[in-house]
Amino acid sequence: MSGFAKWFAKRSPLPEMWREHMAEYYAPKNFNIFYYAGSLLLLMLVFQFVSGFLILVHYVPTAGGAYDSVFGIMYDVDYGWLIQYAHVDGVSLIFLLLYMHMARGMLYGSYRAPRELVWVIGYIIYLAFMAEAFFGYILPYSNLSYWAGTVITSLFKSIPWIGGWVTTLVRGGTGISGDTLGRFMALHVALVFLVIVALVVIHILYLHKVGSNNPDGIEIKENKGPDGHPIDGIPFHPYYSVKDLFGFGVWLFIFAAIIFYNPTFFHIFLERTMSTPANALKSLPDVTPPWYLSPFYAMLRSIPNKNGGIILMCVAVLFPFILPWLDRNPVKSTRFRLVTRIMLLVFFANFIMLAYLGEQPPLPQFFLPERLGAAIYVGFFVLLPFVSKMEPTRTPPKRVHYHAH
Amino acid sequence: MSDDSRADDQSPDVTRRRFLTALVSASGAAVAGVMAVPLVTSLYPTAAAQALATTTIDLTPIEPGMQMVALWQEKPIVVVNRTKEMLATLDEVEKKGILRDPDCNVPQQPPYCKNKYRSRVPEWFVGIKICNHLCCIPHYRPKKGSVAPWWLGGFHCPCHGSMYDLSARVIKGSPAPHNMAIAEYDIDLHKMQVVVTKMYPKAHLC
Repeated sequence: MSGFAKWFAKRSPLPEMWREHMAEYYAPKNFNIFYYAGSLLLLMLVFQFVSGFLILVHYVPTAGGAYDSVFGIMYDVDYGWLIQYAHVDGVSLIFLLLYMHMARGMLYGSYRAPRELVWVIGYIIYLAFMAEAFFGYILPYSNLSYWAGTVITSLFKSIPWIGGWVTTLVRGGTGISGDTLGRFMALHVALVFLVIVALVVIHILYLHKVGSNNPDGIEIKENKGPDGHPIDGIPFHPYYSVKDLFGFGVWLFIFAAIIFYNPTFFHIFLERTMSTPANALKSLPDVTPPWYLSPFYAMLRSIPNKNGGIILMCVAVLFPFILPWLDRNPVKSTRFRLVTRIMLLVFFANFIMLAYLGEQPPLPQFFLPERLGAAIYVGFFVLLPFVSKMEPTRTPPKRVHYHAH
Repeated sequence: MSDDSRADDQSPDVTRRRFLTALVSASGAAVAGVMAVPLVTSLYPTAAAQALATTTIDLTPIEPGMQMVALWQEKPIVVVNRTKEMLATLDEVEKKGILRDPDCNVPQQPPYCKNKYRSRVPEWFVGIKICNHLCCIPHYRPKKGSVAPWWLGGFHCPCHGSMYDLSARVIKGSPAPHNMAIAEYDIDLHKMQVVVTKMYPKAHLC
């Protein structure tokens, strides 16, 4: 090592952290395409921070100024449209990656012991992202912002005894107003963002303590070679660092294609109703949530009872927390458990169907599919403890399934 | 695994790796540079800010001997309706030899203002009312003998005592080094208005 490197290593924890988390962190060699999502989420977090910061430079958090400041960014600020679209499209792409990341965890049993806390922390991050997206959604103070804010904050009213007080506290008044913008901006820019960053760091540290799972659900640490490293493992650096860099390139290509050629992504990432200013006297003809919250909304409105619907939605959102303890099969990965895999694929398809239904108008023709969808969603979690104990399970191999390419 | 080829430092694998690393790093740096351009450009003054850059001042309410101060690009512009007596003091002050830069050699004004009036039209003085010592706003003191017994009229800065004549030319003994700056402007005596357009690039405000 050079003189400076020795001097530095004596004084800084960074070299040993590099070794522990990158150069000597042995990850399974059979990662598939799903495994790009984690590093891509980190990349997107950086993008959201940079684009969000540059938007904040021009944003005015008052009822009179917010909408004009946001459209000022679109029209007057040099490359403001680029930064704005990057930020908005970034939100939807983050949720896409989150769902991919969670689906991977469910398919391969990444939530199983000893990784239960990695799953729990990750799920908290998902909820934090939902909060972050919601607060950001209100800030442009378009009519969609106003009414989405009104509807979501009125959910708090259903809390027994303190509901009204909590709602007033969240809104800063009896209705959404400039005061709401101030506190939502503080939450969006400072509090929830910092919470997400901190939780992501903790999430990775917890993962690195137990080691990564893999599509075969085999613990690679149980099969160590003569050098003490797992035979089926490869050091994260340089193998996955370089591979993830390649993944960044492909992803940025997709990201750029969306921003430059279809920035609203068929008005799914950025709804049409964002382009009129807030009007307290004129609520929207269509009330639809953003696509990434739509499945839960579909479940909420499938129950024709206000508190019933809210309780179902909360149960649906919170059920995945206990997933590690519902799955009682000794084998982790659904590659060896056909029944659970089929249930899981039905769960995913159902989630997508619920997302579609949530975007439709509240007409009777959709009530039955929505109720069915809610039943399937809840049913998956209720059935899993029994199915996992009873299903025919193949024995996983000792070595991971891997073909060099 | 990866350590085997370290034995021969110029083996094809090592040189390949070095080349690929250098190539990826260089292209990565180029991409990062290109991406940085719009991010930094977004911090430039917006079109809205640039639209606020000119100010139109109506001259009709300004009576002879009066000053008017108007806001232009967040700076005070002073317009003085100079009387014949005031214009005469400009020669007197030059004769006294108390001006540091009577011929306006330091380019604190646009070329069309490089004269003893430091204006397009002698009666109408249009300047930036900022003392070029430490950026305070000097007081307009037209009355003879007000600031000092020999005072013929001009501007006097309350912060550190810099003194200027009625063309905002700096008087010797002032901490301010230069004459007060003059912005670029147009004057229309039929419409009785002055439009202050932009800063004269060579002038130093303070």
